[in-house]
Amino acid sequence: MAIDMANTTSETNAAPVAQDAHSASVSTATSKIKMRGQDVCVYYGDKQALFDVNLDIRQNHVTSLIGPSGCGKSTFLRTLNRMNDTIDICRVEGDITLDQENIYDPSIDVVELRARVGMVFQKPNPFPKSIFENVAYGPRIHGLAKTKTDLEEIVATSLQRAGLFNEVKDRLDEPGTGLSGGQQQRLCIARAIAVSPEVILMDEPCSALDPIATAKVEELIDELRENYTIVIVTHSMQQAARVSQRTAFFHMGNLVEEGNTDDIFTNPNDQRTQDYITGRFG
Amino acid sequence: MFWTFAAFLLVVASVAYYLGSNKASQIAKQDISLHSRPGFHGAYVAILAAGPALLFITAWAMFWPSLMQSMVIAKMSDQVAALSKPELQAFLRDAQAIAFGGIVGFTDAAKEQAAQHFASYNQLGLTVEIAILALFVIGGGYWSFQRISPQLRSRHTVERTVMWVLIVCSAVAILTTVGIVLSLIFESFMFFRKVPVLDFVFGTHWSPQSAFEGAGAEHTETNTKIFGAIPLLAGTMLITLIAILVAAPIGLLSAIYLSDYATSTVRAIVKPVLEILAGIPTVVYGFFAALVVAPFIRGWGEQIGLSVSSESALAAGLVMGIMIIPFVSSLSDDVINAVPQSLRDGSAGLGATKSETIMKVVLPAALPGIVSALILAISRAIGETMIVVMAAGLAANITANPLEAVTTVTVQIVTLLVGDQEFDSAKTLAAFALGLLLFCITLALNIFALRVVKKYREQYD
Repeated sequence: MAIDMANTTSETNAAPVAQDAHSASVSTATSKIKMRGQDVCVYYGDKQALFDVNLDIRQNHVTSLIGPSGCGKSTFLRTLNRMNDTIDICRVEGDITLDQENIYDPSIDVVELRARVGMVFQKPNPFPKSIFENVAYGPRIHGLAKTKTDLEEIVATSLQRAGLFNEVKDRLDEPGTGLSGGQQQRLCIARAIAVSPEVILMDEPCSALDPIATAKVEELIDELRENYTIVIVTHSMQQAARVSQRTAFFHMGNLVEEGNTDDIFTNPNDQRTQDYITGRFG
Repeated sequence: MFWTFAAFLLVVASVAYYLGSNKASQIAKQDISLHSRPGFHGAYVAILAAGPALLFITAWAMFWPSLMQSMVIAKMSDQVAALSKPELQAFLRDAQAIAFGGIVGFTDAAKEQAAQHFASYNQLGLTVEIAILALFVIGGGYWSFQRISPQLRSRHTVERTVMWVLIVCSAVAILTTVGIVLSLIFESFMFFRKVPVLDFVFGTHWSPQSAFEGAGAEHTETNTKIFGAIPLLAGTMLITLIAILVAAPIGLLSAIYLSDYATSTVRAIVKPVLEILAGIPTVVYGFFAALVVAPFIRGWGEQIGLSVSSESALAAGLVMGIMIIPFVSSLSDDVINAVPQSLRDGSAGLGATKSETIMKVVLPAALPGIVSALILAISRAIGETMIVVMAAGLAANITANPLEAVTTVTVQIVTLLVGDQEFDSAKTLAAFALGLLLFCITLALNIFALRVVKKYREQYD
């Protein structure tokens, strides 16, 4: 299994890529491309939802996908770890690569892919199990921990990285569903981190949270960028501006424009982007 | 007569509604704002015009016939004083039949006279009833009609009436249940006066057919040692166990297939077929068990050198298991479907396979519902009668061997009550005691099921 075990240790400074991750204005054009979508078309039955999308996801960057509802940004996000496979009528064309490997290739095991490309959903969806078991779920099914101590360490590390450990360390055996909404979402992020993914996809992770919980999650996303590549779908332009280095604007199933977040928000090339970010539609 | 009056009151209510809402509309037209909308005023008048009258005629229909009878008896006290209770009832029945038509046993002068009393009282009663009815209709209608004003809070009255109608309807179901349970308890109490409770609940010998020839018992006395319910309970448990061993895995696994694996086409076919299985009358299952399954098991047992009785617990249990599969699968299917898709997505997003997702996320989340589905299926199996009557036999054995004949509580209730019986013999009353026992067991199971569900229920969002 192509999982970097170093990520599961508590030494966060053992991150695979050394880069100035805190600077949003870093020159992104030169950084490594982690995932690449080429001519991606998605159909739901006869209806085409995405039209020839070409988008690069850069390593250790936060890429935000913005656009009005129904523009295809969530659909694109879900093609990145083949979550669309669970929808019978959905069909994907084009190439999507993860480290130059086509993830829709028949030789790719979708289970392994999803271990490398984790996902956090719009609504917090902790399993009806204890906090510990929620985080231990992924490592268990992938056999990441040899011993109980290993597993406990993975859980603790993941909770720490998700900024939840101090709040829940005394009640790890209480149900995850008993936490507050913001805590639940951070639990879900911890759960995703626990399998040491390389990429984390987030589908409007803060839309069900209050501003304080949102701030915490955003802070977390910024920290996670050191070790992971993050793609986030959001309806909040402020959020996109705050957390992401790259922004892609989708409209009516087309990728209209993508680039450095600062450029997109200050100096968009396309009139539609301009209209959307200034609130003229969407 | 009651239905005529009821129909009349329906007309009254419609008219009252029309008049009331009309008057309110007139007020509203003068640009005065009403507290309640005209429809509520109409309903208010209709309720007050017809409601009390309806209550009155219902009460009258319930109490007047017996009141009339006692008045006739009072009139005829000389003639009927000598009659015993059943004779008096026969006398009154005949007299009423003469007066109002019907099948008359035989007539005599006294009955003719009583019939005349009945006829005249009936006439009088009708007059009184109509008079009071009219009083209620006119009084209630007029009073409420002239009260209509912009300030009248008729909406509250109407809403409260609706609530009371709903309360009465739900009370009917509850009271019926209470009545049945009370009669069970009462009759069982009669039984326990003849046979000690402990002999019944813990006795291991059951042969009520020999109730009056038991060794050492007086001819007229009840032998209390032959009403031991343990063999019946053991038989019931054995058959239920076999049934649940069949139904739980098959039902649960097919529910998982239906909810998570089947394509919508397969689902559209399989679900109705399973529901047909639930629609087969139990008597059909019964003779299927007795005529097909039991001989088959016996033949199979003989081939490998086992002695199988022709009515075996195994045959009854297997068929009963088949019968409750639709319960288990359809209830579990609902429960599994109720587990939110977001949990499945969450698990899949972590790289879990479908079966891992089901085993580790969906089933634990659905567990309380599945447990309650199983327990409901068990109480259904315990109460099931027809299959065991036909396939399980009558021999009250205490055995764990599924190839032997056993009997169940329900079978014995049937056996005790089939044929001519005295209502107060220990044998007949034993049926009530068994019924009470059965009721207690299923009640306990249901309460347990509810407890389980409550304790382990998960809030999904």
